[in-house]
Amino acid sequence: MTIECGVFHTTYESDMGLRRLPTERIRLGLFLIFIVVFPFLATPYWLNLGNQIAIATVGAIGLNILVGYTGQISLGQGAFMAVGAYSAGLLTLRAGLPWGVSIFLACLITSAVGSFFGIPSLRLKGLYLAIATLAAQEIIEWVVTHWTAVTGGTDALVVPAPELFGLRLNTDFRFYWLAVILAGATALFTANLFRSKVGRAFVAVRDQDVAASVIGVNVFRYKLLAFATSSFFVGLAGAMIAYYRNIITWERFTLETSIIYLAMIIVGGLGTIRGSLFGAALITLLPAFISSLGRGLQDSAPAVAAQLPNIQQAAFGIVIILFLVFEPEGLSKLWRNVKDYFHVWPFAYRRGNGER
Amino acid sequence: MDGDHAVGLSLEGVTLRFGGVTALKGVALEVHAGELLALIGPNGAGKTSILNCVSGLYRPQSGSITLQSRGGRRIPLHDLAPHQIARLGIARTFQNIELFAHMTVLDNLMLGRHVHMAGGVISGGLFWGKQRAIEIENRVRVEAVIDFMNLESIRRATVGSLPYGKQKLVELARALALDPQILLLDEPMAGMNTEEKESMARFILDAHEEWGVTPVMIDHDMDVVMDIADRVVVLDFGAVLAVGSPEEIRENPKVIEAYLGQEFGGEGGG
Ligand SMILES: Nc1ncnc2c1ncn2[C@@H]1O[C@H](COP(=O)(O)OP(=O)(O)O)[C@@H](O)[C@H]1O
Ligand SMILES: [Mg+2]
Repeated sequence: MTIECGVFHTTYESDMGLRRLPTERIRLGLFLIFIVVFPFLATPYWLNLGNQIAIATVGAIGLNILVGYTGQISLGQGAFMAVGAYSAGLLTLRAGLPWGVSIFLACLITSAVGSFFGIPSLRLKGLYLAIATLAAQEIIEWVVTHWTAVTGGTDALVVPAPELFGLRLNTDFRFYWLAVILAGATALFTANLFRSKVGRAFVAVRDQDVAASVIGVNVFRYKLLAFATSSFFVGLAGAMIAYYRNIITWERFTLETSIIYLAMIIVGGLGTIRGSLFGAALITLLPAFISSLGRGLQDSAPAVAAQLPNIQQAAFGIVIILFLVFEPEGLSKLWRNVKDYFHVWPFAYRRGNGER
Repeated sequence: MDGDHAVGLSLEGVTLRFGGVTALKGVALEVHAGELLALIGPNGAGKTSILNCVSGLYRPQSGSITLQSRGGRRIPLHDLAPHQIARLGIARTFQNIELFAHMTVLDNLMLGRHVHMAGGVISGGLFWGKQRAIEIENRVRVEAVIDFMNLESIRRATVGSLPYGKQKLVELARALALDPQILLLDEPMAGMNTEEKESMARFILDAHEEWGVTPVMIDHDMDVVMDIADRVVVLDFGAVLAVGSPEEIRENPKVIEAYLGQEFGGEGGG
């Protein structure tokens, strides 16, 4: 963050704040108002998208903790979400636990499973680690589809909608509040984490692991901690899907899911919370946008409309390539540019390069 | 003659090989608590290798490295991992700066405090009372280092965006933030202009004199080395060639021969 003229922090505490500037606080306030007003104005279609975005944001923040902040690539996102979803569902279905307890335990279980599959990070980096996590994806997928006695195999698992104060959260409107509260808590927790000791050590491991070790960071321990922390939230996203869809099928958690989530954090911005939200929103809205375009073109240009489902996959790829080429730092960087522009407007001088 | 010094660090028979290359051949040397020791020698002599062995990045095939702790205990370092050695109060800088390039100067220095900070994932994520207090307490220490090294104006700059000379200073600051007992400096003045060298030398001397740090410094600038070091160790082909005061080293025939006609007191002894 840059130092603003006229804003003085008189204590270290206020200087360490998450929102240090009045304008930042105003923006956050406006965003929160939007979040609260949105479900009252939105159509069911948009509410559904809103819920999907909230869940994807939790998953993307989780993945970003590992990949963006700590620099450990993972292709196991889909499988870890499956662990969260199946654990949450089964703990309620088979053990009869209340949904809140199931979700929390599911997060812990995913955290443990994620840490276990993070062990190869002791020796492996980059592509090699990616392959090791790919193995995690395949192994977990295999277990889920073959351990029929417990998971029901390839059959769908039906999970009852959660109930809160006697209210069944079985509509998009009702589930929305649970989803945004969990997404908000995830974002706040993560923001705090990265302004304190452990979060800084994660970033140190990413930037320079040799230097991290000589200043006293136990690199392997922190890599495992990153896997554990990341998987906790990834598991939460999986559990949320279970309780939102009320139906769990393994097809939702394949390698494709892993790749879609990687796309979210790349397009949104690696190593930022805001980027996780932006990426989750864009990647959720993009297919929705293309299919609504298809419906719009149904009458006027049926030939084009017929091709759109194919184009959907390509469009997805193209968006990612465009970002990699033109803005490798993602939407979060674009947002910062816009913000900076208006910040100094109408004086077009460049501000210090002090922002992360 | 050195009997009245407390031993800070001692290396005995340290041998380090990389395949066919023997980087260190039975190196023995002592670092006395409270002195400023310079390590000199031609390129490839094994200077960096010694620092890497002490900080645990390289594991010598034989020999021992022992730390005499503040409490008088003798702690063998050669079996410890780098992060454990850092905890014992040994900090360092690198020949090719190794900073956390995407973080601010402030965060780099806060990382320098890592070993002094308590806290885990949950306390960090919640950031309630105790963790907040720990952050503030360590921030105060970091601000003292920032103040000491005049880094106020670049506190929130991203380290990667800083010029080379400034990065060298930030790396020293990060090492000092650890409150080290022993400070290993690998060519802290390399690639700097005279003015930058002078201020760097000043900071090292001040850290030594005011903060009681024991620096072990590798450098090629003989003027500076002879000026600020209490003792000099000369390394050649992975072995200790000579040890002594700057004056003794200057007159040592073996050293003069090794540096073959290169005049001492001139630029670039390596
Ligand atoms: N990681 C390494 N792998 C292989 N050889 C190395 C490694 N580090 C140092 N060496 C070798 O050890 C010798 C001493 O190197 P170094 O300690 O860097 O010397 P100096 O710092 O005195 O210039 C050189 O011959 C160098 O090639
Ligand atoms: Mg060297």
